[in-house]
Amino acid sequence: MSQDPKCHDFQRGAKKALDDERLQMLLGRTLENGFQKKRLQGMSRLPEYEQLRDQARDLKDHVLDHLDMYLARFEAEVTKAGGQVHWARDAAEARDIILDICLQADAKTVSKGKSMIAEEIGLNDHLIANAIVPVETDLGEYIIQLRDEPPSHIIAPAFHISKEQVAETFKDSHTHLDPDRDLSEPTTLLNEARGELREKFLRADVGITGANILVAETGTAMIVTNEGNGDLTQDLPPVHIALTSIEKVVPTLEDATLILRLLARTATGQEQSVYNTFFTGAKRPTDIDGPDEYHVVLLDNGRSELLGSEFRDILRCIRCGACINHCPVYGVTSGHAYGWVYPGPMGSVLTPHFVGIEEAHLLPGASTFCGRCEEVCPVRIPLPQLLRNWRVRAFEKGLLGGAQRLGLGVWAALARRPWAYRLTMNFTIAALGVLARRKGSFKRLLGAGGWTKTRDLPAPQGGTFQSRYRKGER
Amino acid sequence: MSARKDIFARLKTTLDRVHNPTVRYSGADQRIQDGSPALIPERGRSEGPAKTALFASEAERADADVRRLAHMADVPRVVKRILTEAKITTLKAAPDQELQAMDWMDIDVAFGRGEGSDHIGLSVAYGAVAETGTLVMTSGSNAPTTLNFLPDVHMVVIREQDIAANYEEVWDRLRADAQSDAQSDAPQLPRTVNWITGPSRTADIEQTLLLGAHGPRKLIILLIDAQTS
Repeated sequence: MSQDPKCHDFQRGAKKALDDERLQMLLGRTLENGFQKKRLQGMSRLPEYEQLRDQARDLKDHVLDHLDMYLARFEAEVTKAGGQVHWARDAAEARDIILDICLQADAKTVSKGKSMIAEEIGLNDHLIANAIVPVETDLGEYIIQLRDEPPSHIIAPAFHISKEQVAETFKDSHTHLDPDRDLSEPTTLLNEARGELREKFLRADVGITGANILVAETGTAMIVTNEGNGDLTQDLPPVHIALTSIEKVVPTLEDATLILRLLARTATGQEQSVYNTFFTGAKRPTDIDGPDEYHVVLLDNGRSELLGSEFRDILRCIRCGACINHCPVYGVTSGHAYGWVYPGPMGSVLTPHFVGIEEAHLLPGASTFCGRCEEVCPVRIPLPQLLRNWRVRAFEKGLLGGAQRLGLGVWAALARRPWAYRLTMNFTIAALGVLARRKGSFKRLLGAGGWTKTRDLPAPQGGTFQSRYRKGER
Repeated sequence: MSARKDIFARLKTTLDRVHNPTVRYSGADQRIQDGSPALIPERGRSEGPAKTALFASEAERADADVRRLAHMADVPRVVKRILTEAKITTLKAAPDQELQAMDWMDIDVAFGRGEGSDHIGLSVAYGAVAETGTLVMTSGSNAPTTLNFLPDVHMVVIREQDIAANYEEVWDRLRADAQSDAQSDAPQLPRTVNWITGPSRTADIEQTLLLGAHGPRKLIILLIDAQTS
């Protein structure tokens, strides 16, 4: 799906989501009553949380300053441990490297752990086009793969699908099972998926996972899962490929530990995810299990350009999903509206870089700049500032619509002339006050239909902010 | 130009523009030597019996079932009871020397790697972390990683003296072991180091928390007291 972005359609996608009551219910359950509460609970159990955030930010900044150095060390250590490192400048190179490894292994089916990088490079479509069957093994990813949908969230890819819909999907897909079986309970759905996927794990010719962190010191890569699917993916097939991107490296095992003290806690409120797996090289001569062949594919895909740009801070991102979980815009539009792989604030910073600002210029605008994303980011990425940088670029390129440009022009003219600003504001406020009469709010107002469609617009009361400030109301 | 050369050239050009390359390069080497300056939280600094208690309570918080045993020799008896409760007669155990030497009574025990059909597995942990109730498993000739994930019920033996207060202590121990084991000039970590905190789970269906996604539905920790083992 990653090959044809639909970011230009953000407004249509957002409207569709707003009109979808079931989706709005699932969003509320998942975000406000789910991830947000769990994060607070997790934080409350670690008094040093804020200090660790500062240290994680500093760690990632240090890594970015020395990125080539740490990558070279990581590569050398992986090679020593019997693994092979492959470098990919862009998505196409990464797809070809992986396809080559699969063809060498004479692979028919590939089991896959959850990987956002695989989404970024559109790996599944490429494998299918070359007669190799990829099987997603994370339960959420499996469900959306059966439904042929993209993920709607980076850590909860299928949250937007109700259990009734999952049941339908399983009945349509698992046709060898009794069509009248009862699939009303989540437990039954899980057990069915577990049974189906168990066979696929055991038969896969190649396993592909992502990697959350790379450790330069030892050439170790690591993944974080709750299900154990990533482990079955890397332990059972004879070939394991870890597909990841260059900014994930850290100096030492203890540095990885620092990130892990924050990652699960910030994402789901857990002390740790159930399985944190550190893997170094291929199966050793005396080992009784594990893959004979081990490959790491390191993807750049424009990250080296970000490093030298005003968007550099986004390379600190550890993909916890907190900015997404707390974004009031994502909280009503959900992920599909964003039209590409990464949604929410971190996505609106990354996507214009990957698909071009011409395609994605609406995304940096899909923010109220309320600042919650920056507030919750475990590595303190100044997301609103980065979004603002994209808005500037979009404006400079003339990508904004006529009405927006006109509005900004009028605003700029007023803001530069305080007398004109004061006059306009006084007049507008007085006029609105008269129009609203005694009711104090508008059910309908010309030019504010988007607002009044779902709620009343309160009329301004008691003069402008400036006049009240001058009178000493502060 | 190869992709590798190209990527490194781009990184170097960008980074050398901002920083002195000599300082930058020695800085990275030095940083790996010196180790991480990150703090270890208070909860990661427990000692003595409090450490063991913290490990057990954190593991239980993550839905593990913790059973305390006085002696290593008690393991077969407790395992037998768990098998009986589950109405299972077969056990797949890691080919660990100590486990192999035990008297397994009438239990049908096989030693080896995990298989898709295993119901109940038994492993020995390399260590554990009290801070979060986390088990640390390593792969090797006597420790199959597959056994950590394929059985429905996973039982893990952990000796009380192998419980560390924090992750950093376990990394130090692994580094020391890698050095003393090294036949070649390059000491290495085992192929896999698994941190396991509770049984497998998912919340992918309407955010309902369900145990036993792909890995074990149950994690039973057999904690062997230090003074008697």
